[in-house]
Amino acid sequence: MTDDRKPQSTESSPLSTILPRPPQVAPAGAPDSNPEGVSAPLSPIRAYLNARGSGRIADNTFQAVMLLCALSIFVIVLFIFFILISRSKLSLAAFGFRFFTRAAWDPVAGDFGALPFIFGTLATSFLALAMAVPLALGVAIFLTELCPQRLRAPISFLTELLAAIPSVVYGLWAVFVLVPIMREQLGPFLSKTLGWTGFFEGPNFGVGLLTAGIILAIMILPIISSLTRDIMTAVPNSQREAVLALGATRWEMIRIGVLRNSRIGIVGAVMLGLGRALGETMAVTMVIGNHPNIGKSLFAPANTLASVIAGEFSEATGDLYLSALIEIGLALFLVTIVVNTIARLLVWAVTRGAPARAH
Amino acid sequence: MATQPIGTPRPSLQTQISNFSTKRRMVTNYVVSGLAVLATLLVIAPLVAILAYLLYKGASSLNLDFFTHIPAPVGEQGGGMANSIVGSAIILCLASLMGIPIGIAAGVYLSEFGRGKALATAIRFTADVLNGVPSIVMGIAIYSLIVMQQKHFSAFAGGVALAIMMVPTITRTTEEMLATVPHAIREAALGLGVPKWRTAISVSLRTASPGIITGCMLAFARVAGETAPLLFTALGNQFWSLKLNEPIAALPLQIYVYAISPYDEQHRLAWAGALVLIILIMVSVTLVRIFANRGQLKGAS
Repeated sequence: MTDDRKPQSTESSPLSTILPRPPQVAPAGAPDSNPEGVSAPLSPIRAYLNARGSGRIADNTFQAVMLLCALSIFVIVLFIFFILISRSKLSLAAFGFRFFTRAAWDPVAGDFGALPFIFGTLATSFLALAMAVPLALGVAIFLTELCPQRLRAPISFLTELLAAIPSVVYGLWAVFVLVPIMREQLGPFLSKTLGWTGFFEGPNFGVGLLTAGIILAIMILPIISSLTRDIMTAVPNSQREAVLALGATRWEMIRIGVLRNSRIGIVGAVMLGLGRALGETMAVTMVIGNHPNIGKSLFAPANTLASVIAGEFSEATGDLYLSALIEIGLALFLVTIVVNTIARLLVWAVTRGAPARAH
Repeated sequence: MATQPIGTPRPSLQTQISNFSTKRRMVTNYVVSGLAVLATLLVIAPLVAILAYLLYKGASSLNLDFFTHIPAPVGEQGGGMANSIVGSAIILCLASLMGIPIGIAAGVYLSEFGRGKALATAIRFTADVLNGVPSIVMGIAIYSLIVMQQKHFSAFAGGVALAIMMVPTITRTTEEMLATVPHAIREAALGLGVPKWRTAISVSLRTASPGIITGCMLAFARVAGETAPLLFTALGNQFWSLKLNEPIAALPLQIYVYAISPYDEQHRLAWAGALVLIILIMVSVTLVRIFANRGQLKGAS
């Protein structure tokens, strides 16, 4: 997508310099758009053009309005940042940076620390990545390299359909389908076979870190796989042909010719998926159990940065409680911005020099 | 041919190794290909599972009451989500009214005026970053700005939160679609003496309109299912309310509330609501497909 406009961007500047001076040999009947009338103060043609809104004022006004709208994006981001800082002042003053290293979360005593939520967020996100990344890579490889042409469009449409399902519907499905499966089949199976690792200890209610991780994995899959697919299609075909010509099998071609060329972009795609996983709220809130908890067991209920806001914000009593929750929101905002920025830079670095995508 | 003389000392050794390694390489090839197919099946499985279960559960509990009644008090049978559907429509209209013009205008700036400027690059980047900001953060930011000032929850605040989420998506698609408009068309318009603003509106935007409509529908579909930004802005409402400065019901909010409630009757309604929401989103995504295909045909000519 981004590469399509490359060749045109060079054309736009000469165009605007040519524009004010139309060719001298223009037919007499055509409306002459010469802005500075040569001698007459206001020629009839100029007056006609002005009446139609042609002229410097209209153009400049239009450009200014468009610029204003474009700048509003800046304003929105800055405004979110400053409003979050100003509303979390109380908590910032009370706890400082220790807020993020303390495990206390006691609304009654007014003692707040974000560590359990940071733990929950990291644990669920990395669980989700661990499950989603291999699958997404498999899907991308299948779609770009193995899939018959006829199946390509329907399958990519289906995976993108996964992205269109709202978070709350995932949550609903998870509550009524995934949680019972976790409680009755998958959970006991895991604790029986992998119980010795210590990750699957304790009572299994069906809700907890692992369930949240699974639903997150399902949700971030389409993002990672469709981006990875785009990046892999951006690898020039000559690379594939060169590797195949050396006698490589198809997998070696994919590994050497495709994956190695697009690895930075794939990391970027994974980071974008991570950014989405960090901030995902509704589905996680519905299945994670909502209990500030740090532990080794994946069955244990926990809480993430986003889900604690969703769960406790509306019932937060007291200014300090509210401002602690807003500070969590601020932390989430900053972390996702950093993660997304790195991801965008990586994706951009790869797709920037890519040739026009082959269809 | 050229490699022949260099290759001559090796063949005997190489054939020995390659007999083994060719087999190994072929096996690896098949295993990995199989894994890729398996991964695709694994990814499609939950999608099919979710949609099938949703259809089964939702269709069996969907009836006319659902579209005409407001929620029944807890413990009573029946009731519907008429107020949530209307509330969602109001919030989405508000969001579209605010978000779409700003988004398109910003896209026009980036594509028609901002080419190659550092400012445009910065705006483009900020739009991408804004796109990744979690929706819950948007919710508490709007809560802090509007709800705290007004001292009450309102449909308007919900609309603003969703509008902000729509802007970056629309901006980026508008810009990308405008970039595909051939410059010859713009030059033709400018050569006829059409002012630049007219060219941007009636020529560039018009030509790119299928793609831009696609972008708007995608943004619409994305925010239509958003719950988190509405939790603390629109809040939800069990009764009819059409006023913009009062809490208003919304379909995703109502689904959330019913999904975590302990009553079977409400679970039933949650499934029906989810089905309606999915149908709404699927319809807009399908429309997107149709528009997008039309756009490709136009662009190719």
